[in-house]
Amino acid sequence: MVPELGHFALILALFLAIIQASVPLAGSLSGNRTWMSMARPLAWGQLTFIGIAFLCLLQAFLTDDFSVIYVATNSNSLMPTAYKVSAIWGAHEGSLLLWVFMLAGWGAAVAALSKNLPLAMIARVISVQGMVAIGFLLFTVLTSNPFDRIFPAPLEGRDLNPLLQDPGLAIHPPMLYMGYVGFSVAFAFAIAALIGGKLDSAWARWSRPWTTVAWIFLTIGIALGSWWAYYELGWGGWWFWDPVENASFMPWLAGTALMHSLAVTEKRAAFKTWTVLLAISAFSLSLLGTFLVRSGVLTSVHAFATDPTRGSFILIFLCIVIGGSLALYAWRAPTISGGGRFDLVSRESFLLVNNLLLATLTVLVLFGTLAPLIYEAAGWGKISVGFPWFNKMFVSLSPFLVLATGTGPLAHWKHDEPRRLIKSLWLALALAILVFLAVSLPIFSAGNMAMAFGLAMAAWLVGSHLVSLFDRLKHKHGLKGLAADLAGNSRSYYGMWLAHMGLAVFIVGVTMVSIHGKETDIRMSPGSVHEDAGYRFQFNGVQSVPGPNYSAFRGDFVVYQGEREIARLFPEKRNYFSGGMPMTEAAIDAGLLRDIYISLGEPVGDKGDWALRVYYKPYVRWIWLGCIFMALGGVLAVTDRRYRMARQTAASPIPGGAAVA
Amino acid sequence: MNTSASRALIPLGIFLALAGLLFYGLKLDPREIPSPLIDKPAPDFTLESLKDPSQTLTKEVLLGKVSLVNVWASWCPSCRQEHAELMRIARQNQGVQFLGFNWKDTRPEALQMLQQFGDPYTTILYDPDNRSGIDWGVYGAPETFIVDPQGIIRHKHVGPIDARVWEQEIRPIVEQYQAKKS
Repeated sequence: MVPELGHFALILALFLAIIQASVPLAGSLSGNRTWMSMARPLAWGQLTFIGIAFLCLLQAFLTDDFSVIYVATNSNSLMPTAYKVSAIWGAHEGSLLLWVFMLAGWGAAVAALSKNLPLAMIARVISVQGMVAIGFLLFTVLTSNPFDRIFPAPLEGRDLNPLLQDPGLAIHPPMLYMGYVGFSVAFAFAIAALIGGKLDSAWARWSRPWTTVAWIFLTIGIALGSWWAYYELGWGGWWFWDPVENASFMPWLAGTALMHSLAVTEKRAAFKTWTVLLAISAFSLSLLGTFLVRSGVLTSVHAFATDPTRGSFILIFLCIVIGGSLALYAWRAPTISGGGRFDLVSRESFLLVNNLLLATLTVLVLFGTLAPLIYEAAGWGKISVGFPWFNKMFVSLSPFLVLATGTGPLAHWKHDEPRRLIKSLWLALALAILVFLAVSLPIFSAGNMAMAFGLAMAAWLVGSHLVSLFDRLKHKHGLKGLAADLAGNSRSYYGMWLAHMGLAVFIVGVTMVSIHGKETDIRMSPGSVHEDAGYRFQFNGVQSVPGPNYSAFRGDFVVYQGEREIARLFPEKRNYFSGGMPMTEAAIDAGLLRDIYISLGEPVGDKGDWALRVYYKPYVRWIWLGCIFMALGGVLAVTDRRYRMARQTAASPIPGGAAVA
Repeated sequence: MNTSASRALIPLGIFLALAGLLFYGLKLDPREIPSPLIDKPAPDFTLESLKDPSQTLTKEVLLGKVSLVNVWASWCPSCRQEHAELMRIARQNQGVQFLGFNWKDTRPEALQMLQQFGDPYTTILYDPDNRSGIDWGVYGAPETFIVDPQGIIRHKHVGPIDARVWEQEIRPIVEQYQAKKS
């Protein structure tokens, strides 16, 4: 009964979405205020019905209702309750439901938080979101209904994919989806503005906080995914350039470019067409990511639920959404005025360089991801673009990105004197060179210049941002100014500052772990000792231990540094009762400066010997720490009082904004 | 005006090209990975029989009949998925030799799976440490090779076999070589 209710709620939500996509938009074009004012209640209605559907599925999971196929294939009565909840998005149908649920959530948030936006703008934004919802709801109802029943109902469920029974992966998809779906708001604003024909700084100011929030979620989502891959896959890597990872990275790159571009559009009314294009791209790439993951067009270690029928559906939907918005863009863009002019040396220029580089990187990732397909289409045979190619591209472009990131915050808008810039930046430059020279000394680098280069980039970022901070505080009466700023007046500056520091931290992490990381495959017998990277590993053998829905082999290791015991590690190899591949649970002694990581391989011989993999990962935490800084920076920027004020004052006639109707 | 109008069309053009590529990609079967072994003699091997450790099997078991060499393991979920279909195919096609290739598995677990779900195979090779699997170019289970009566590999299918794969992909090739033989 309850699952049917959920199914019914989904169908109702679909009909509501059709009304939502048409009536408010028609109202905004004909000037009918009643129709326009239906936008907000419709957004709420959408959230209510999809929320009901979501709760129905949750109920089916919590009560182990195995008569629902989706529950039977993804849950098991022995599974811990937390995983029964996260199993909702453990496979295709449920994650799609989560997608539409979040879309409805974002729509309702727009309805709630934009009280003072012109009615026509709100009507259009919510209508555009309705259009996106139609596509996804149709997709769910027609091809991927999570409420389908099975008769006779199996007595026990097949269990959730053991890889997904992990806290990191339980929250990774919702974060990622919040990011993907969040870009639909920026997209909807851009399309609404294109429909209205007015692209002004008001439009940019409205989209900015939404974009930043979506970007924060995406950043956290990607970082969680990377962290999960690191400790769960047992390969010790943190990024694999896998098509599915790339699918989340492309919208992130485009979204990052969009955030910076929106700043210019808001403050200087420049880059308008470019910003609109980025808003369309960020969301389009999110959709493309969904398509790539689900269609089976590219094979991937993560690929789940690949199905060509679903693939065709998403692709057609993709063509309508992206093709339609780009056609709208092609029609409207020529009428958009160029906006504020700026000189060659100005903050705009540096932001433009940064934007172009981020866009280039996005295109490179897209190309690398699709290269196997391109090769095959062209009849050149099968290839796979791996690690080395992506790494080479990123390593060769990122220094320019870092250079611009360090310079931009210090440059003046519109026009700056090169001499003044050099004068304020020489300290940062000196710091970078000093670090470079120091690190390139043979005792530190062991002849590896890449390390000196990476650390010098980080030093440049830190140096230039410190200069910028001191400059700012000098004008703002020192610490008192800092406190006032952080109290809310200009948190966005500190947000930027923190996020850029995050980039520096990230670079240190990547540099150190790629150059000094160590990986050893060994065979150990119980009682034996292995020495590596200054640590001694004593192996006390492997025991069999039971788990709730699996049985495990658990290794016991004592790690010594000198004579001191610093850690006891218990890596596991789990066999889930439901079958499938054995799962490796690596044991990690985490630290700010290094991780020690052991994963169990296979038993060798009959004397209790095991094949093991021992990793030494210096500074690997800094990679995720950097991401956390970036996300926190985003939070600071979004809580800037200016946006709250902007929301309140948006009602007063901002040139062009209110006149849209 | 004119140049800016045509410039505004560039993103749409790029997207349409991309969409064309993706539509093309949908038509491809991502599992179709060419094997360098197609139309080459099957590699030599000396492996134990899964069911009888004292029995040694060599390439000779492949000769004289069209064989399906199905690489499987008890730990592999997709192998379980295709198992029922294999049982059906084996029942209905007695003229084909079903050769199981038990890969990176342990004997008790493999036998237990067969006991539980049934045994479609005429003979099963046991390769627990990927000794022969490397020669065959196996890199994941399930994989299925079609070997003709002369011991030459004619086709390789990666991924589980379902009714569609059997009818459209494998059966025509099997029948082609069976016809040649007679």
